[in-house]
Amino acid sequence: MAIGETTATGSVPTTQMSGREATAAAERRSVRKRWLLVSPALAIIGLVGIMPLAIIAVYSFLSPGPYAGISWDPTLEAWLNVFMERDIFDETLGINYAHASIVTRSFVLAFVTMILALIVGFPTAYFIATRPDKQRYLWLFIISLPFWSNLLVRTFAMMLVLRDNGYINSSLIYLNVIEKPLEIIFTNTAVGIGLTYAYLPLMVMPLYASMEKLDFRLIEAGYDLYGNRWKVLWRIVIPLVRPGIIAGCILVFIPAIGAYVTPKLLGGGKNLMVGNLIANQFGTSRDWPLGSAISLFLMLMVMVALIIYVRNVISEADKNA
Amino acid sequence: MSNPAVAVEAQGVTKIFGSGEEQVRALDNVSVTIRENEFFTLLGPSGCGKTTLLRLIAGFEHPTDGHILLHGEHIAHLPPFQRPVNTVFQNYALFPHMTVADNIGFGLEMQGMPKQDVARVVDEMLTLVRMENLGRRRTSQLSGGQQQRVALARALAPKPKVLLLDEPLSALDLKLRKEMQIELKRLQNETGITFVFVTHDQEEALTMSDRVAVMNAGNILQIGAPRTIYDHPSERFVAHFIGETNFVEAELIEIDGRNGRVQLPSGAEVPASLPDVDLSPGKVTVVIRPEHVDLVPDAGVLQGTIDNVVYFGTDTHYHLHLDDGTPFVARLQNQRDSAAAFTEGDKAGITVKDNAIQVLVD
Ligand SMILES: Nc1ncnc2c1ncn2[C@@H]1O[C@H](COP(=O)(O)OP(=O)(O)OP(=O)(O)O)[C@@H](O)[C@H]1O
Ligand SMILES: [Mg+2]
Repeated sequence: MAIGETTATGSVPTTQMSGREATAAAERRSVRKRWLLVSPALAIIGLVGIMPLAIIAVYSFLSPGPYAGISWDPTLEAWLNVFMERDIFDETLGINYAHASIVTRSFVLAFVTMILALIVGFPTAYFIATRPDKQRYLWLFIISLPFWSNLLVRTFAMMLVLRDNGYINSSLIYLNVIEKPLEIIFTNTAVGIGLTYAYLPLMVMPLYASMEKLDFRLIEAGYDLYGNRWKVLWRIVIPLVRPGIIAGCILVFIPAIGAYVTPKLLGGGKNLMVGNLIANQFGTSRDWPLGSAISLFLMLMVMVALIIYVRNVISEADKNA
Repeated sequence: MSNPAVAVEAQGVTKIFGSGEEQVRALDNVSVTIRENEFFTLLGPSGCGKTTLLRLIAGFEHPTDGHILLHGEHIAHLPPFQRPVNTVFQNYALFPHMTVADNIGFGLEMQGMPKQDVARVVDEMLTLVRMENLGRRRTSQLSGGQQQRVALARALAPKPKVLLLDEPLSALDLKLRKEMQIELKRLQNETGITFVFVTHDQEEALTMSDRVAVMNAGNILQIGAPRTIYDHPSERFVAHFIGETNFVEAELIEIDGRNGRVQLPSGAEVPASLPDVDLSPGKVTVVIRPEHVDLVPDAGVLQGTIDNVVYFGTDTHYHLHLDDGTPFVARLQNQRDSAAAFTEGDKAGITVKDNAIQVLVD
């Protein structure tokens, strides 16, 4: 956009020469130049962004191939199969409870993860934002440290913490709090903890960004006007950092709902999430169209969430304008 | 005015920020008594500790040493939200996500006042600050002066015992500033609330206050009515900070209570006011305000040569140097169509109006 504008102004001198025709020609030239300049960007967006999406969109309307892949047989079967299944004997349609429960679990786990990350991330971000300038960067660095290692490695580490003879259980047993190890690993709880751990930095960063901009004198004004800590938090801090809260929630929710590694390792194969379901379709189940349809379905859900977010932010901005 | 009730009292308050090398002594053993219903001003240059003193009274900071009392009671244990003190912040600190009315009602709501009553008081406050029609606006849609009035209304709405104002007018242009000065004075009269007002503008301090405390480098140097501070500054800093002043070295030769006589460098002996401390005869510095002198063709009590004449409309400023080299300014009122009485290079005598010579402590 900015590039296009500069080229437009750059061509102004040629338009001075003579009448309308010259102006029109110059305009055409500048339009062409503009397209030329943005074409690399468009090519990349098209190639890596839109094309893969288009491919799975097309696949989702085809039939599965005999061994894997697809056969060019258009059908809505894959989309039907996202939530329905055909009875093997009489071919009547019924709800696919396995899929429904996986999708429900994904939503619930992603939502719980988002809330947990918010509960942990909010005070963390506040803590960092109230440190002196120099210390803040150190704290932010520490928060982002887990991102420096592979998610797989981190999840294995989490297994060491959560398993029956892991650090949590052995410490609790050592302290005589419990006798038998708590059943954490391979449960939804383990997946929730793992996801929260994995995506916490994505909550802290945007929260920190909006808290850093927060005018702390407003908090003092709140105290001055008889607001105690809780009231100031609810009435002043939270409304003012709301964009950060929403951004953080979305940034955690989206990857959490599509998570693959964490539910696979910490859920122990019985607590699947949508990500695993999709992977299965492209793997053992050999149903690429269904995998594509579920992927697109997930994307639609996420888009709905984004639209709600954008609307929220816009209406808030309107109120503040 | 016999023994008026005390609103705020600071007893030997010291405030140190930081530690070790970077330690800052923002207040150094400050004691002050602010009376009820008083318009009390803290005046001093940037960084002298004015804001720090307000923040200690409001409860945002705690004194390193000493005590702050409110109506004779210790308040060290009270957090800001339990002190019957409100602040008008230097930058106003209005809540950007609330309307004007919500801002003004915030304190009342926090105190648990029922909604209808809050609405009623908010309306009263809007009337008081003359913003009746602007209650539904967002604070970002207001001009600087309007924001300032909202900040004032918000702080006044809970009817605090003491209102702290931290340079509330510094962001306004001159005309609005003058208007708001009058408005503030009116509000203080109407509400009867004790105002503790911070400024580094000496004219503002003189025109608005019942009493002024002049501060420098964490100390209160002098407390008094504006006239007292102006006419009888006790220290060089106070004299220098407030208005234009001439400093002249002299010899104190006679002491009689707060009156005395000094001998000026020219040898002339003149009556002088003494500060409120014990002095002994000897070398002193005296101050003479430029408008309290006259220039005469003959000797006067001091003699000098005119370096510069500046015409100012209402008066003319004559910059001289005395015979011993000390710079001296005389400010004479102009008469219509009169020419300047002296020109550059002229020798002139200086006479001093009665009671116009003040001896400093240092
Ligand atoms: N939180 C703090 N940490 C360290 N030093 C501080 C802090 N607050 C104030 N100071 C220092 O204390 C001294 C007094 O500051 P204060 O804000 O009271 O000055 P002020 O008189 O209000 O000045 P101004 O007219 O510029 O507002 C200054 O030297 C300042 O740097
Ligand atoms: Mg200040």
